[in-house]
Amino acid sequence: MTGLFPPPMGLIVELTHRCPLQCPYCSNPLELERPASELDTSAWMRVFDQAAELGVLQLHFTGGEPTARRDLPDLVRHASARGLYTNIITSGVLLDEPLMAALMAAGIDHIQLSLQDIEPENADRIGGYRGAHAKKLAAAQRIRDAGLPLTLNFVVHRQNIQNVARMIDIAEKLGAERSEIAHVQYYGWGLKNRAALLPSRAELDATTATVEAARARLKGRMVIDYVVPDYYASRPKSCMGGWAQRFINISPSGKAMPCHAAETLPGFTFPSVRDTPLAAIWQSDPAFLRFRGTDWMPEPCASCERREIDWGGCRCQAFALTGDAGRTDPACALAPDHAVMAEAVAERGIAPPPFIYRRINAGSERAPVEAVV
Amino acid sequence: MSLPETTVPGLRRGVKFRFDAVRASWVVLAPERLFVPDEPAVEVLKLIDGARSLGAIADDLAARFAAPRAVILADVAAMLTDLADKGAIAL
Ligand code: SF4
Ligand code: SF4
Repeated sequence: MTGLFPPPMGLIVELTHRCPLQCPYCSNPLELERPASELDTSAWMRVFDQAAELGVLQLHFTGGEPTARRDLPDLVRHASARGLYTNIITSGVLLDEPLMAALMAAGIDHIQLSLQDIEPENADRIGGYRGAHAKKLAAAQRIRDAGLPLTLNFVVHRQNIQNVARMIDIAEKLGAERSEIAHVQYYGWGLKNRAALLPSRAELDATTATVEAARARLKGRMVIDYVVPDYYASRPKSCMGGWAQRFINISPSGKAMPCHAAETLPGFTFPSVRDTPLAAIWQSDPAFLRFRGTDWMPEPCASCERREIDWGGCRCQAFALTGDAGRTDPACALAPDHAVMAEAVAERGIAPPPFIYRRINAGSERAPVEAVV
Repeated sequence: MSLPETTVPGLRRGVKFRFDAVRASWVVLAPERLFVPDEPAVEVLKLIDGARSLGAIADDLAARFAAPRAVILADVAAMLTDLADKGAIAL
């Protein structure tokens, strides 16, 4: 493999942007892709074959809501037969008994279930779907009963952050092997709803202490992954392990990108898996090469000792907050634009503004009663 | 902390240990995690089957590698604790 860039570890496939929920922090782009543009079953299967040959080890089915695709069990079976470790990231509201059985028969390795809160009413309000929380708890039990490992994912923000200790308790009670306490990441819908979601510094510090204590208590029994918001940080996160270093993300229509938010970057044409093999995309597509490694870096990153640790932070965040994807992530205290983080914190105000829910043609402030897949 | 020799380690639910032909190396695949274990860890992982105890793993390795059993036992115990902390195995 001399001369070739090391293969990607993971392939993230957004099977569809359809979702019964409407979380105001959804990581999907503001411009959701239409169902008619989705890749069909055989196109996805071809992509999985290419991924296995390229050296991808783990396949993450996400969305939107991946279980909204009827062919999900067939896709899991195909990927699993190619030796890929299969993971589904789901809201769980469509995960009924027959689907669970079909996924087990197909060889699913792991399911990650997201919960919006532990208080049912607040959880349903955040997700914009009445009754979702009860369905999710049933799904968690189903995953457990099937004998699969369970990861519970809680996205935390100023409207549920006071419940973090109880979130961890629930995860423990439900027998989860892993839980994720993940602060909202402020791209796309999250950025649009930032003032409604961003916690205060004191809230963040209290949560961090809660998580640390729980980690010590549950060591060896439950792994807790903790993702902090960048707004109070002094160094950025290593976004996706570096641009085009470890992952390929594919949109419902087949657009391949180094991360799910990359579409927000202007001046990029992302390749399509409809007409370009994954290996060619990974090794030589200009969009993938654009920020790979360290050559693109400006100062202070270029001469910084952390340049291969955090890779200069997130390109999408740099663009969203400075208008230039090629600048140092403003989350870094050394970045010339770092002051924008404090400005955003100042904007959050005393009371959160209403949510702008994730949906095609967004703008409504009321949570709907019924949801349609 | 030290593990008793009777401890029987097993891969946790959802964890796979397999050879990756593309990288020509062994990999541990777990929910949202993966590791490329180093050579000593690979030797130990190959012996983890949910039946063999820590003591039996140490016996096996002591018969094949030129190191005192007590040293091997301590190394393996440390390795198992580390793998358990990472969520790869259950003790
Ligand atoms: S974050 Fe919420 S709205 Fe977005 S895909 Fe997940 S469940 Fe659906
Ligand atoms: S200067 Fe750049 S490389 Fe250094 S810590 Fe900040 S973002 Fe990371």
